Amino acid sequence: MTEYIVLSAILFTIGCVGVLTRRNAIVVFMCIELMLNACNLALVTFAKQHGNLDGQIAAFFVMVVAAAEVVIGLAIIMTIFRTRRSASVDDASLLKY
Amino acid sequence: MTDFVKPTIDYFELFPLLVVFGAACLGVVVEAFAPRAVRYGAQVLLSLGGLAAATVSVVLIARDSEVYADGAARGILAVGGTIAVDGPTLFLWGLILVLSVAGVLLFAERHLDGGVSAFSGQAAALPGSEAEREASTRGLDHTEVYPLLMFAVFGMLLFPAANDLLTMFVALEILSLPLYLLCGLARRRRLLSQEAALKYFLLGAFSSGFFLYGAALVYGYAGSMDFADINESVRNDAGNSALLLIGMGLLTVGLLFKVGAAPFQAWTPDVYQGAPTPVTAFMSAGTKVAAFGALMRLFYVAFGADRWSWQPMLWVIAILSMLLGAIVAITQSDVKRMLAYSSVAHTGFILTGVLGVQATGDLAVGEVSSLQSVLFYLATYGLVVLGAFAVVSLVRDSGGEVTSLDRWAGLGKESPVVAGVFAFFLLAMAGIPLTSGFVGKIAVFSVALAAGAWPVVVVGILASIIAAFFYIRVIKAMYFDEPVGDGPSVVYPSVLTATAIAFAVAATLMLGVLPGPLLDLAGLAGQFLR
Repeated sequence: MTEYIVLSAILFTIGCVGVLTRRNAIVVFMCIELMLNACNLALVTFAKQHGNLDGQIAAFFVMVVAAAEVVIGLAIIMTIFRTRRSASVDDASLLKY
Repeated sequence: MTDFVKPTIDYFELFPLLVVFGAACLGVVVEAFAPRAVRYGAQVLLSLGGLAAATVSVVLIARDSEVYADGAARGILAVGGTIAVDGPTLFLWGLILVLSVAGVLLFAERHLDGGVSAFSGQAAALPGSEAEREASTRGLDHTEVYPLLMFAVFGMLLFPAANDLLTMFVALEILSLPLYLLCGLARRRRLLSQEAALKYFLLGAFSSGFFLYGAALVYGYAGSMDFADINESVRNDAGNSALLLIGMGLLTVGLLFKVGAAPFQAWTPDVYQGAPTPVTAFMSAGTKVAAFGALMRLFYVAFGADRWSWQPMLWVIAILSMLLGAIVAITQSDVKRMLAYSSVAHTGFILTGVLGVQATGDLAVGEVSSLQSVLFYLATYGLVVLGAFAVVSLVRDSGGEVTSLDRWAGLGKESPVVAGVFAFFLLAMAGIPLTSGFVGKIAVFSVALAAGAWPVVVVGILASIIAAFFYIRVIKAMYFDEPVGDGPSVVYPSVLTATAIAFAVAATLMLGVLPGPLLDLAGLAGQFLR
């Protein structure tokens, strides 16, 4: 079981580092999705380990939430891209200090 | 594998949730089928009707709720233990609903900008394009904001009531997703607004990722998502405590992001400044109330037995938030940003209350518990911040709202009433006696002192003094500085915004002079049902 948890921790870390280092909003968003999927892997592994279904059901909920988040997120990134012709998070820098 | 047990749905206790959700869904239907001319009226009525029905039912539920254990806790655990409709929940529900009614009134304001609302005529049209100009000459208006607001309210109601980690995560998302969109829908300064939405969305989704991984690890530790079971495992020290500590830390990151505590406050000033001001007003008040309710339930109910692990962490965060919020706010030249940093400082003050004594048994007669003080503080702060942002929306020139502090100079001569109301809200935030902020601060500081968190209280008092400096600087600018040449004018609002502001002023004054009834009500709420 531990292997799966380690794998999920690695995936979560990759996603996390990706969010912090990548500059394209779409890629940042993909990294967030990777983090959510790492959570799903951890949830189903723990569900198997504990022998109950809570974690597996939670994974389904997470998928639904992630799908809803994609809808909202892509809409926002699209509007930004259409106005600025760029999806780089560095270019969105009017608001500071 | 355990068998599936069909949960019983307690429709009476869940009625506020259901009616708000129903009104939101009906709003979507109205948007789809009603002709454009009637949508505005229908949506406003529907939202206000839904919120009013929910408020009435909260009062009825509170009156009928069962009391357990010598009045320490009241209410029921609904839907198989996933939603706790107990005293604190009902108090927060009432508060969130009142703030939401004020939010709808601010959203519906169409007097300030020449007959249109603060929301974009056509969000899909590019800023500065022909389509945008056409939408604005035709007087178009996104009435979708009302269903979005109602969905956000549904999330806010569910969040503090959630009694397991999965429900809490889903509620967190239901509350956040509509707010991301609302932030990007401003009519004026659309680039700033869209940027605010992007920043809020990316950072919000990032933090909810942390929350979820924390939930997964705590589930791995306890073998259940339910707070009562987690508490049981923590008490018996069963399982791998590394999972518990890391999970608890990650959950805290997710929640502290939502309440805007330092060092997770980076989004607050940008989003508060960029979002349409009615949205900022609603979001700053509602999110904070809901997220603190959830934070306290998680820490008191699920992790209450492991207090020594999380209290030092919250000590540090409370101190950081108060100092950072108060000090950085001094350097701000924009009213909305200044209020945003002040909200970071207030998050620190509320966290100070969270650190206080929890068990009613440990209290002397007449002392308030930490839950009680936090509930009271949330009520006072929510109304003040909502009122303050509502006033900001009145100060305008031909280009829309004027938020630069330099140009607010001499506003007291332009409009003594509006400047006076704003000054009153600032004094309440600073915690001057005879305003609600004073009583709130006394309450949270005294519970923290009673629990021995005196370093936090010392920093809190220091931060209050620093904060008073920049609040009073604004008051000085409004009353004693000479007006600049292109000073803004104050647009007098319609009855909608006026009602919201008047209510906030009246409540702030009332709670400052006569805090007893609300403190009693918070006391009557009792403890969380475990």
